[in-house]
Amino acid sequence: MAFPHRPDAPELPDFSMLKRLARDQLIYLLEQQHEVDKLYKVENKPVHSSSEQLCFLVRPRIKNMRYIANLVNTDKLAGRTRKYKVIFSPQKFYACEMVLEEEGIYGDVSCDEWAFSLLPLDVDLLSMELPEFFRDYFLEGDQRWINTVTQALHLLSTLYGSFPNCYGIGRCAKMSHELWRRLEEEEDCETKGRRPEIGHIFLLDRDVDFVTALCSQVVYEGLVDDTFRIKCGSVDFGPEVTSSDRSLKVLLNAEDKVFSEIRNEHFSNVFGFLSQKARNLQAQYDRRRGMDIKQMKNFVSQELKGLKQEHRLLSLHIGACESIMKKKTKQDFQELIKTEHALLEGFNIRESTSYIEEHIDRQVSPIESLRLLCLLSITENGLIPKDYRSLKTQYLQSYGPEHMLTFSNLRRAGLLTEQAPGDALTAVESKVSKLVTDKAAGKITDAFSSLGKRSNFRAISKKLNLIPRVDGEYDLKVPRDMAYVFSGAYVPLSCRIIEQVLERRSWQGLDEVVRLLNCSECAFTDMAKEEKASSEALRLILVVFLGGCTFSELSALRFLGREKGYRFIFLTTAVTNSARLMEAMSEMRA
Amino acid sequence: MDCYTANWNPLGDSAFYRKYELYSMDWDLKEELRDCLVAAAPYGGPIALLRNPWRKEKPASMRPVLDIYSASSLLLTSMLWKSGPVVSLGWSAEEELLCIQEDGAVLVYGLHGDFRRHFSMGNEVLQNRVLDARVFHTEFGSGVAILTGAHRFTLSANVGDLKLRRMPEVPGLQSVPSCWTVLCQERAAHILLAMGPDLYLLDHAACSAVTPPGLAPGVSSFLQMAVSFTYRHLALFTDTGYIWMGTASLKEKLCEFNCNIRAPPKQMVWCSRPRSKERAVVVAWERRLMVVGDAPESIQYKQLTIQVLLDRLVLRRLYPLAIQICEYLRLPEVQGVSRILAHWACYKVQQKDVSDEDVARAINQKLGDTPGVSYSDIAARAYGCGRTELAIKLLEYEPRSGEQVPLLLKMKRSKLALSKAIESGDTDLVFTVLLHLKNELNRGDFFMTLRNQPMALSLYRQFCKHQELETLKDLYNQDDNHQELGSFHIRASYTAEERIEGRVAALQTAADAFYKAKNEFAAKATEDQMRLLRLQRRLEDELGGQFLDLSLHDTVTTLILGGHNKRAEQLARDFRIPDKRLWWLKLTALAELEDWEELEKFSKSKKSPIGYLPFVEICMKQHNKYEAKKYASRVGPEQKVKALLLVGDVAQAADVAIEHRNEAELSLVLSHCTGATDGATADKIQRARAQAQKK
Repeated sequence: MAFPHRPDAPELPDFSMLKRLARDQLIYLLEQQHEVDKLYKVENKPVHSSSEQLCFLVRPRIKNMRYIANLVNTDKLAGRTRKYKVIFSPQKFYACEMVLEEEGIYGDVSCDEWAFSLLPLDVDLLSMELPEFFRDYFLEGDQRWINTVTQALHLLSTLYGSFPNCYGIGRCAKMSHELWRRLEEEEDCETKGRRPEIGHIFLLDRDVDFVTALCSQVVYEGLVDDTFRIKCGSVDFGPEVTSSDRSLKVLLNAEDKVFSEIRNEHFSNVFGFLSQKARNLQAQYDRRRGMDIKQMKNFVSQELKGLKQEHRLLSLHIGACESIMKKKTKQDFQELIKTEHALLEGFNIRESTSYIEEHIDRQVSPIESLRLLCLLSITENGLIPKDYRSLKTQYLQSYGPEHMLTFSNLRRAGLLTEQAPGDALTAVESKVSKLVTDKAAGKITDAFSSLGKRSNFRAISKKLNLIPRVDGEYDLKVPRDMAYVFSGAYVPLSCRIIEQVLERRSWQGLDEVVRLLNCSECAFTDMAKEEKASSEALRLILVVFLGGCTFSELSALRFLGREKGYRFIFLTTAVTNSARLMEAMSEMRA
Repeated sequence: MDCYTANWNPLGDSAFYRKYELYSMDWDLKEELRDCLVAAAPYGGPIALLRNPWRKEKPASMRPVLDIYSASSLLLTSMLWKSGPVVSLGWSAEEELLCIQEDGAVLVYGLHGDFRRHFSMGNEVLQNRVLDARVFHTEFGSGVAILTGAHRFTLSANVGDLKLRRMPEVPGLQSVPSCWTVLCQERAAHILLAMGPDLYLLDHAACSAVTPPGLAPGVSSFLQMAVSFTYRHLALFTDTGYIWMGTASLKEKLCEFNCNIRAPPKQMVWCSRPRSKERAVVVAWERRLMVVGDAPESIQYKQLTIQVLLDRLVLRRLYPLAIQICEYLRLPEVQGVSRILAHWACYKVQQKDVSDEDVARAINQKLGDTPGVSYSDIAARAYGCGRTELAIKLLEYEPRSGEQVPLLLKMKRSKLALSKAIESGDTDLVFTVLLHLKNELNRGDFFMTLRNQPMALSLYRQFCKHQELETLKDLYNQDDNHQELGSFHIRASYTAEERIEGRVAALQTAADAFYKAKNEFAAKATEDQMRLLRLQRRLEDELGGQFLDLSLHDTVTTLILGGHNKRAEQLARDFRIPDKRLWWLKLTALAELEDWEELEKFSKSKKSPIGYLPFVEICMKQHNKYEAKKYASRVGPEQKVKALLLVGDVAQAADVAIEHRNEAELSLVLSHCTGATDGATADKIQRARAQAQKK
């Protein structure tokens, strides 16, 4: 359990600096600059405060501007004057100021910025806490956050030295990389002379691998996220977990010694491990018997606190496990996992399709149904037209007509599409472009592009050997590859790509894979001279997920690191899972 | 053998000096200097000379002439003064010549006589005229002070950032003060003036009388006053031929001297050599010069920094020399060579006789990719000289596309600005350009521009979605994007419209759009929704309760739960709900009602399309084992074992599994064998397994 790292594994860089930086900036900003003395959450409701000044710390979103405008205008109507300050994080957008102006309150508020973009959630995980990145970029084609990503990368390179090796795949990865390089050149920065602390950086767009993010998670941390939703590194365990009458907010990170031993484990091992742990703990408590007074004093002053702490954590995680087991070990969950594996492996497609249909007919869960539909579509290069129509009809009948828009979103993002014979498509396309003007042809190509962008999952899976051949039982206690995070059935595509590129130190020999991923123009390598980097640094890899990553992917890469003597650190726009992805694409009635 | 020391002369006991001619002055002065206005720039800067400044009304040949010489008497420029009468000349710290006219206008020239700009010292002056003016230097820059015909002072402490300050009135001042000067103390400019035997200090709030400490008695008038360059010291010359020297704060006297000359001196200035500890005042009369000094005291002189020196060379267009100095001093490129080259380029673009191509090429050849050079700054200069085409050519060399945008917008090349903004990746910049374009172009052209720039288009769409829904619709219309139009109206049907008629109408528009988009599926689904909405309205009217906005499935369920089975059946037929869904739906609804009788009737109505296992499951969910068992017997062979296990009949499940000879089923049953009660069953299974293996 909790395999140790190889003795030569490099140390992780110290992220506490970032934490301190953020905290100091925030305190300075709120207390010194804006004299804030009470904090409230921005919610869409009126403010009952008698303060002379209101200060808003918000994301630069039009919705938030409207909220502030409403508040200010309400005050005005009531004849009340106070000062209003808006602090935008990570930056102010011109469009926001426009809205303030259009709402007639531009003169009443003063604006400030807080360029905060990196929140260390754990010793190896930095989050930009931008869940909106996914929808904004991959659905709306809005590139506003790329600049934020660039700034974050720039900050990292000023703190930890430049990155000698840089790889990436995806349109957004490429753009971010180019802008970042340009920024570094312009700033002509101090990083040049510094000895790099992190040897490699790998940028990856979420749309390169939707499949992994759509799968049910079965490693502990992923399961906790799927079941209870981890927010910003902490989780609210309800009364059913705490076995008391109240909820408890628990930080989940490497500092929780119990959690750090089970977070990356397949769920089937966790319960056994925890009960063993409980027995050990009891044994340690039991040592009290037969102690003399001096020993007892020692025990109480030195060990008891630690044991109690461990006791508390242990009972929490056991509670969480029980709660998960209650939900997940039922027949339904087994069937669900079975269907997912069938989809990943590409057999019994008819059976899986009927399973999904039944899922929809029974109104099991709108988000789950949608997830399965998408998984079916991506693994099969789109749904065959008949299924595409009938499943959508069923879905609308079950969950409401507004989901027509959801389907339109999913189609645009390439998550749920209709199968189209590829050759016929290109033929039509070229014929059309000959007939009509360039502009119109461009539009038609645009319209076709989401259809034309085939996911090719099956072919990629074969090329990269994502479905391990299993002879006999896959021993989940002693994982042999990254597939363990999905019960041995599937190696996460994103992680496999990273593994392969790191092995080759380039994309060489992966041309076919890259082509199948529709990324021929946006897979890149950028190597600087390595001589300055220590061999330790060269085994430290920063993986940047643009559009979010799942806990399963983190577990898989942590495993890979242990196997190869690397250490991975992660930067993500947000931690995500299948439900969050689907919610981001859904049209909900407000 | 040379005699190196031959031309050195002793100076005092310990120092020697020699005279060494560097160059000879070759002024070409026809008039006497007394008829000229003269201004010399500090630090050995240029000297300006305005001849015949007052002969404005005379014929053209007698017009005033403005000459500018270098400190070494090289004539830099000579021009006829065509503007109004000049009261005073002075050089700014940036070596710009400020010519203060009688009407209060101040004309600013470069040291090559190039006109830069002009500003006015206020409207009041137009009437009252300027009687006297001074240019002075402060830590903020260079200032101008004037005395008007109304005997009021106005000053600006920094002509670079012009803020006029009208000083308070001096009580009783009816004529021009006998002498006055500007004092800079505590970061503010004051005026010290003499009126008869009294001295007054004017700050911007008040006028106060002041007395220098230790001033000899008997003074009835001050004839001259002089402030040192650093504003630390002040010298006063009185009508008794007495000189007072002290601090400018008027708190301390340094020394006094009686020269016994009562004639007013022509000039009095402080003079000191760099690093010298001696301070002295030089007083000049028509034919006499007198130096008055005091005891040594340390004075620090600010040296010219290397940057300022380079600036001066650049101003004199001595670019190669400046570059050589930079290289010699090994200055970093950004501070040194690049900066000078950039200045050179800015000068180059003003050469109007050279073609745009040649200028652009020459500049690019010299500058290349030198770090720290901003092509956009040079282009801005070119645009300032009216050379738009050249500016555009130069901008093409600017590597940072974002830097090109502001100037392009200024030059009204908004479409080019848009592509450059997009290239920069800065969405905010793109948005700024978009709003420019929106105001500049008519709607059609604006949309057309957007259409060719997908990144800008999606940005603008995002904005419209929240702030300008109508524009969003127009955008889709313009593009004939019927699919998105359809989606737009669908959204409107439940966000914008309240009344059912409005909602149905919005859906109709959406359906039409979907047909145009050849998306029959969406069109049909929309039409179904219209039907459903109308029907839900009718149900609410007839049955009460809430139906609007339920999904089709939930509508039917609600009907069954309300006991309206007939209506439910009808709805299912009308909307062609597939059998499987209907069975799931009814099964769930009836179980929820715990209407077991109706459920049994339903189960027997025809052969279940979903099998009978779901019946077992749902009954068990409602904890009704009795009902569940009824259905378990009807479950088909494939799911029989599961059904039997669900109702807890492990023994019979084992029998069926053994009969099936199905290993998976056998282990499933085995996993359900718990404790002693199922011991026999477990044994039975093990035996069956063993037997199977034998075969």
